[in-house]
Amino acid sequence: MNYQHKIGCSLENLKGIRDFIRKSLRGHVTSDVVLNEIILALDEMCSNLMIHAHHCNPDHFLELSIDVPKKGQLIFEISDDGEMFDINQFSEPTLDNLVHEKRKGGLGIRLVKSIMDDVQYITRNGKFVCRLSKQLK
Amino acid sequence: MVHIKRLQEEGIEILAIVGEIDASSSIELDLAIAKSVGEGFTKILVDCSALEYISSAGLGVFMSYIEEFKDKKITMVLYGMKEKVINTFQILGLANLLQIQPTKQDAKKKLNELSA
Repeated sequence: MNYQHKIGCSLENLKGIRDFIRKSLRGHVTSDVVLNEIILALDEMCSNLMIHAHHCNPDHFLELSIDVPKKGQLIFEISDDGEMFDINQFSEPTLDNLVHEKRKGGLGIRLVKSIMDDVQYITRNGKFVCRLSKQLK
Repeated sequence: MVHIKRLQEEGIEILAIVGEIDASSSIELDLAIAKSVGEGFTKILVDCSALEYISSAGLGVFMSYIEEFKDKKITMVLYGMKEKVINTFQILGLANLLQIQPTKQDAKKKLNELSA
């Protein structure tokens, strides 16, 4: 099964992304908690790209696809023709540092890495593609 | 997306969050907490029973007040979270840094213990 969604880079569209993921994964993910984790990780990835690679320009677009090649195996791809924003290149701040510096950002990447099994970056047809995978237990 | 109701009970400020907090709406939470602090409340309860979703932007708002609350002797207790919402706090270990209680009654008790 494959599901696709094209999104303008406005933070107002994050709700639409969450609704799309919820609808697509209905029947594939039975646990409400696990479904929420997956939605959270993809919301974080998309909002990071919108903010850091596209400066929230609604005329720029991301494409999210969800593939369920077999039961329990989920592959998510976010295609983007903006700058590469590779979360593997970012060092995560410690919680102590975040609290001490009163920073509001820096938690999203940690969430994505905790929730997804793997995050890879590839180039396809001149576009950057971030591929995230999750094996349901 | 999100609506935050403010009400007062026995000198305690209660912020009731209704809806979803993400990168586009976390500013609402930040403004509501800042307003409570600005008006001089030192006991804050956050009713999360109608909070359906929170992303890192919302978690970051709560985190950013930890030091300030310590300095100003303000206590804040969150309560009533759905399982999927509390799980988001637990993934990052924030449940140990913030005060989270199951019910309003528990939250009030904890607030009074911490303020004593």
